[in-house]
Amino acid sequence: MSEEISQNKVDIIVVGAGPAGVSAAITAARGGKKVVLVERAPFAGAKNMYGGVIYTHAAQEIFPNYKEAPIERYISAHSYVLLSENDSTQITYKNSLHKDNAFVAIRAKWDKWCVEQAVKEGVYFAPDTLVKELIVKDGKVCGITTDVEDFYADVVIIADGVNSLLARQIGLREDIKPKNVALGVKEVIKLSPEVIEKRFALKEGTGCAMEIVGGPLKNMLAMGIVYTNQDSVAVGIGASLEDLKAQKIKPYELLDSLKQHPFVAEIIEDGEIVEYSAHLIPEGGYNALPKLYTDGALVVGDAAGLVNNIHFEGTNLAMISGKLAAQTALEAFECGDFSSNTLCLYKKKLENSFILKDLKTYKDVVHTLYGRTGSFLTYYPDKVNEFFNIFTAADGQPKKEKFRQFTKHFFTKRSLSELFKDVIAGIKIVFGILK
Amino acid sequence: MDKKIEDKLYTLKYKTDAKCHLEPDQSKCLQCLDKTCTIICPANVYSYSETEKKLTVSYEKCLECGACRIVCKHINWTYPKSGKGVIYKKS
Repeated sequence: MSEEISQNKVDIIVVGAGPAGVSAAITAARGGKKVVLVERAPFAGAKNMYGGVIYTHAAQEIFPNYKEAPIERYISAHSYVLLSENDSTQITYKNSLHKDNAFVAIRAKWDKWCVEQAVKEGVYFAPDTLVKELIVKDGKVCGITTDVEDFYADVVIIADGVNSLLARQIGLREDIKPKNVALGVKEVIKLSPEVIEKRFALKEGTGCAMEIVGGPLKNMLAMGIVYTNQDSVAVGIGASLEDLKAQKIKPYELLDSLKQHPFVAEIIEDGEIVEYSAHLIPEGGYNALPKLYTDGALVVGDAAGLVNNIHFEGTNLAMISGKLAAQTALEAFECGDFSSNTLCLYKKKLENSFILKDLKTYKDVVHTLYGRTGSFLTYYPDKVNEFFNIFTAADGQPKKEKFRQFTKHFFTKRSLSELFKDVIAGIKIVFGILK
Repeated sequence: MDKKIEDKLYTLKYKTDAKCHLEPDQSKCLQCLDKTCTIICPANVYSYSETEKKLTVSYEKCLECGACRIVCKHINWTYPKSGKGVIYKKS
């Protein structure tokens, strides 16, 4: 331990060793600063779960040697599945030329590996350390209080995750509202690599990312996910906390009903659950962004609500926001000013990157979808399945009458005013994205 | 094939904190009609006994997600102490 650390004063403290925190810490260390990365768990990743993948562009930017990391499978197939009660329609996108856009990793291994790289580059890692609160003097954040002792720094980077008690403590954000957050629950189900590759039609070592709507998840803002690890499959749901609360649905029972749907049941048949997990997902997007900086502190990753839920992107926004925050902190050291006057550059960097540009693009989509879950996430998936049911059925009956009935029902089973609202919502979404 | 929630939780490793890190204000539970915490919690930490008029908090099962904190303003919610609580290994 260096003399300065022993005096409990470093250049930069990063709270939370998830993707955002570790990216901030390693970037700051590469800039020659003394950095302490604090984590409340015994090792990085022990508290972390996700419904997703690690995106190569971000992994490469922070860890040029990411290919040495414990990667489960590179994603070669993206599937989108529409469920009804008993049937399903699946669209799968594969591109033989672009195989490494994303990969699946187990967080307890990946996050841990990332921190090991940071330590190699000079970051001081402090696991088993819960930060109780930030130390604020004369309006400036200047350190942290832990279970054991206080630590001081010129800049504190807040990467304490979706609940971010620290950003709340210093008034950078309000408490999250139930409509701005989803609850994710997930099971990891053990299956042999051969069985996984057969069931998902994958080449050896490649993987599939699957997003599911409809069926048991009907009439609420909820989506299912299925991802392939090397020798297990992750099955999960992300559901609006507001909807779970209003409809009095237990999250694990919703997951169970997804698992019981024939489409998912076939995928996980004979598999054994090896780990269950739960986590909140920020869903507020651009409209619910907190204040991202204050004198002496910056907020990154989930703590800042940086998740693009339409594209299931979170880890990449976390990593790049961590990097941009650390770069801002390095600039603050250059000019010797750690106040908001300099740290506001972080927001400019986010605005100039894909992070806030994408969140802005989608700022009204979730809100618009929210009002129309009964149609876009229930009625239309049902109709797609009904169409393919008719299209594929060879039962000796003439087709014309069936299609007539289908078209008639399309307009009669749903009131015209509802259809009109759907069209308006659809236009709103498309124009909102393109404008 | 579907296991009950207790079986799901049985797959997890915990370093149990000696002290409960979730403190609901029991006086508010009496007036609470929905008891949303008992529905929303993915680890079934909360259960309400109508006979005893008491909310039982099995904090040792907590996954530290924070869902209860968001649906109820009357829970003094903190993380377990340093190094304590759930440990994910395969998620």
